Amino acid sequence: MTYPANYRYTKEHEWVDLQGGSATIGLTFHAQNELGDIVYVDLPKVGARIEAGKSFGSVESVKAVSDIYAPISGEVTAINDDLASAPEKLNQDPHGGAWLIKVRVDKNSDSSNLFSADDYQKYVGAET
Amino acid sequence: MLKRTPLYEVHRAAGAKMVDFGGWEMPVHYSGLIDEHKTVRTSAGLFDVSHMGELEVHGPEALRLVNDVTTNDAARLQDGQAQYSGLLYEHGGFVDDILVHKVSDHEYFLCVNAANQEKDFAHIQWANSFECSVEFAGPKYVQLALQGPRAAEIAQRLTRIRLDGIQYYWFVDGTFAGVPARVARTGYTGEDGFEIYVAPEHAVDLWEAITKAGAPFGLKPCGLGARNTLRLEAGMALYGHEIGPSITPLEANLAWIVKMQKSGFIGKAALEKKIDRGLTRRLIGFEMCGRGIGRDGYEVLVDGQPAGWVASGSPAPWLNKNIGLCYLPMEHAQPGRKIDVVIRNQPVEAVTVNTPFYRRAL
Repeated sequence: MTYPANYRYTKEHEWVDLQGGSATIGLTFHAQNELGDIVYVDLPKVGARIEAGKSFGSVESVKAVSDIYAPISGEVTAINDDLASAPEKLNQDPHGGAWLIKVRVDKNSDSSNLFSADDYQKYVGAET
Repeated sequence: MLKRTPLYEVHRAAGAKMVDFGGWEMPVHYSGLIDEHKTVRTSAGLFDVSHMGELEVHGPEALRLVNDVTTNDAARLQDGQAQYSGLLYEHGGFVDDILVHKVSDHEYFLCVNAANQEKDFAHIQWANSFECSVEFAGPKYVQLALQGPRAAEIAQRLTRIRLDGIQYYWFVDGTFAGVPARVARTGYTGEDGFEIYVAPEHAVDLWEAITKAGAPFGLKPCGLGARNTLRLEAGMALYGHEIGPSITPLEANLAWIVKMQKSGFIGKAALEKKIDRGLTRRLIGFEMCGRGIGRDGYEVLVDGQPAGWVASGSPAPWLNKNIGLCYLPMEHAQPGRKIDVVIRNQPVEAVTVNTPFYRRAL
């Protein structure tokens, strides 16, 4: 698996695509692979605030439930409605069509501690 | 260091995701748990269950020892017959749940849970005051489970043993896929199928032969993830969940494997007391009504008050529901009761139901 070079990654296996003041957040390939078949996704509502390092939702596979952590702080501007009826998309296209939420990023939100794609690759490589 | 079965490399090559399963590095899934689960319900699946333990009891008083340590009546077994049974402590709780196979009057073959095999061995040795010996035989065997409605057709392509002559819970020693094997019509999925025991050096050949013979039938390798959801749909107990040292067979709806009329066995006195006093709790199935999955260990409320716990809970891939087994006080352990399962601090509505959730068409 190659991880998109333009994304940044968390230790908890989320990715964030930062475009100016807005961000798209998703789960990494590694995360969905660890979880197996995903059956539920719980996401915040549009307008909710998320805070870097804190849980903003959860994802459930047949086997396990796992929190989703915010890579950055900001306000939710969109959620991926497809995932409510088709959570398996998270297994199929985690870095693309199965994004989770879009966020207006706080001005003071710090993303300097996130992994680059190369570092994340090393991080998950070292885990196995 | 995790233990590996001889099929470790085969699993990796087949794309398995490996996990720590009671000290063993085992496949949890290959193509995906849901796909594998449905394949076993509609066609056939092949599981490596070599982590399971085997104990052998040899000697003229083998039956006396087996009947002393187990709850079911091994005296009822004929040569080539198997039974599900319990291994209990004096206080009536489970050491383990096991399969007892009668090979002959002088030889019994016990299939036991992977994580319990050392403990079971020590327990049976401790109880052994008879003219027989107990052998820790796990290293002598690998076990493959071929399960599903097409299992018999697939297996018949690989052996001259007349498989339609083997009834459910019977077994035959013979040649299977060209190697010496013990072929038992048993399983842990709620489907027809076989559990096949061979020497470790034949593991890869056996796996590959079954995979090849099964290909035209859509057979797939299946991981322990699907094995768990399949057994849960079939309402079967899993040690460490429905049963354990603090739970007796009576509470776990397993009174049918306890033969109280049998002369003494370890744990019998405690069970008699329990029957006299009356049970206080019992295992019952539930289905989630609200959105959410009641998982292992979650609290169960009755009328808003803490009343019990979830022993096993999961999405049921074949039934398309979220199901589980829970312990409740006797007065509430009846089908049709509204309960709540506390899911991440939120009570979510569920209803109690009888088990099994799934029963195959005969």
